[in-house]
Amino acid sequence: MSTSTPATTTTTGENQDARRPGFKERVNGLPRPVKIALWVAFALFLFLLPLLNIPFVTTEGSDFGGVLFTVATYVLVALGLNIVVGYAGLLDLGYVGFYAVGAYTVGVLSAEHASLPWLLSVPIAIGIAMLSGIILGAPTLRVRGDYLAIVTLGFGEIVRLTLVNTQWLGGAQGISDIPKPPGLELFEVPAIDWSSGAPVVDLDTTSTFLKFGITDFVPYYWLALIVIGLVVLFDVLVKNSRVGRAWEATREDEDVAELMGVPTFRFKLLAFALGAAIGGLSGALFATKSGFINPQSFELILSILFIAAVVVGGAGNRWGIIVGAIVVSYFPERFREFADFRVLVFGLALMLLAIFRPQGILPPRRTLRAKKADERQAILEEGEASA
Amino acid sequence: MQYLLDNFFSFTITGLTIGAVYALVALGYTLVYGVLRLINFAHSEVFMFGTFAALWVVMLLGGKGGGSVGQVIFWVAMMFVAAMAMSGLIAVLLERVAYRPLRKRNAPPLIALISAIGASFVLAELMGLRSRVASWVGLDDNLRDYVRNSRNNAGMPTIIQPQPIFTIGGYHVTNVDILVIVGAIAIMVVLDQFVKRSRLGRGIRAVAMDPESAALMGVNRDRVIQVTFLVGGVMAGAAAVFYMLKIGITRYDAGFILGVKAFTAAVLGGIGNLRGALLGGFVLGLAENYGSALVGTQWKDVVAFVLLVLILLFRPTGLLGESLGKARA
Repeated sequence: MSTSTPATTTTTGENQDARRPGFKERVNGLPRPVKIALWVAFALFLFLLPLLNIPFVTTEGSDFGGVLFTVATYVLVALGLNIVVGYAGLLDLGYVGFYAVGAYTVGVLSAEHASLPWLLSVPIAIGIAMLSGIILGAPTLRVRGDYLAIVTLGFGEIVRLTLVNTQWLGGAQGISDIPKPPGLELFEVPAIDWSSGAPVVDLDTTSTFLKFGITDFVPYYWLALIVIGLVVLFDVLVKNSRVGRAWEATREDEDVAELMGVPTFRFKLLAFALGAAIGGLSGALFATKSGFINPQSFELILSILFIAAVVVGGAGNRWGIIVGAIVVSYFPERFREFADFRVLVFGLALMLLAIFRPQGILPPRRTLRAKKADERQAILEEGEASA
Repeated sequence: MQYLLDNFFSFTITGLTIGAVYALVALGYTLVYGVLRLINFAHSEVFMFGTFAALWVVMLLGGKGGGSVGQVIFWVAMMFVAAMAMSGLIAVLLERVAYRPLRKRNAPPLIALISAIGASFVLAELMGLRSRVASWVGLDDNLRDYVRNSRNNAGMPTIIQPQPIFTIGGYHVTNVDILVIVGAIAIMVVLDQFVKRSRLGRGIRAVAMDPESAALMGVNRDRVIQVTFLVGGVMAGAAAVFYMLKIGITRYDAGFILGVKAFTAAVLGGIGNLRGALLGGFVLGLAENYGSALVGTQWKDVVAFVLLVLILLFRPTGLLGESLGKARA
């Protein structure tokens, strides 16, 4: 949106900002063994989080392992949607459609009409979600901007209504008895009990490493964490490759990118397909954990929450959108005691965030750079006086 | 197919009445999109508040079925006044609270969508929690009838008994149908003329065409935007009255699906184009009804969205093309 509002930031503020090393530089500056140790400690912390039962962080009303699993699926979905919205700049309001495709593929292949093993049905689910992304994208990616938003929104609704109305897919009842992934049952991990005020290792409450039962959701959370790790790795590789640069160029100015020899349509389609695949993967995980799925799990509002996660966190920055996904999925669960008011508070929080943190919680560095460049440009054009 | 042909006029008239409601709500999306280039996601809540205002005013005036002609006219008139005032107020408030601060800070367009989603949640929840809200201000005794069962459907007495006026192809066209269709078209004609001829309308078109040049020519952009929201809200209020007359039931989340449909109608006709919104609304209403006659009612919404996708593929800017500024109106 181009408006005639003059730049408001002063130049001195920028210079100070530029000199301060960012979080990334500081971490990179550490010696290698320290870095590795930090990463391992962080990963261990994440894995043990559901068992640590840290006061205040742990959700009281609902099972913390289950909540963390939900958070993890949101993170996964946000990572996928970030490729579409953050990297390629395509507004997708029907992302829940791919999520549903993934979940239902696993449901149909392993419970409803066949009994393929879990390890086989998940890759197929990813493939079919990707295919659905291509089928949706190939005709619709030619329309731009907000039209794409409404077309994808329509797609999400078409998928949901088709699920409701097709008996072959279980209709409104959905699909139940989705099998669990193969377990290993290697060792038990004890939980920590805080009821006496100090942390005590509680050997009675344990989670078995990778035993996918129906009462303990912690192993599912571990599974989701591993998948997130792999997806983040993939994301880093793709973002830093030629593909990532092509997406960036397409997002910033499609016409210029096309002129520079970037086949923008193909790269947009690729972003759509990859995003859809990751959405399908998280849907597959969701179906695995809950064991049954029905169309009510794939309402339009979920797409809106996914978009909110990406934009709240800072579209384009993978760490930012992870934070955004945690904010969107964790806080409504944590504050369940205000059950009646949580949507209200969530809405207010979104509005306040939009006003006070319009770039998202952790905006991508490129956006910050571009903003500063714009401000410098504005100062050059309008003179120092307006600054 | 035979079923559709046998009841062709029945489906046509129902399609046109619901299409009229879509069209009026679509105007709000189209106007705001034309001026600000953003999807006013909370517009559905503006409509929802209108339905409640219409409902409450009927309750307040003791409206019920079987009133005299004078009474009915009075009730309907008061419904219009209340719903338009409420929706207009909410729309202006929305602009003031959710959009203006962002504009002042030059926020990216996507974040405006987030703010709108937040505002939409807040508005819907306020209505869903209205019994709590009433008890905070200590009015729950006085307002019990208005706020009870705040999460459930709220129904309105049928103040206009549907009476067949004339019969076409075996379908009895009722007075309500005629009121809704003719009323909606009349309101649109007024709006069309307002945007085309009045000073403020010229401002709206100017800002839609080129905000910077408009500002240079002395158009007060903030004021134009405010008027745009007000007009959109008033249209949603009128839609809410027609909706209540035809359907008669509302709920705190009634706006959402209707909002999606109305936005679809706006895109279908060419977003930013007033006449496109009218056409889009009617086309969508008709397509939904014909489609449900052909493939079953449960596929109604699928038909609507498939139609949208198809039209966008062949006419990427909607039926009549986009832009409030360029495509006149």
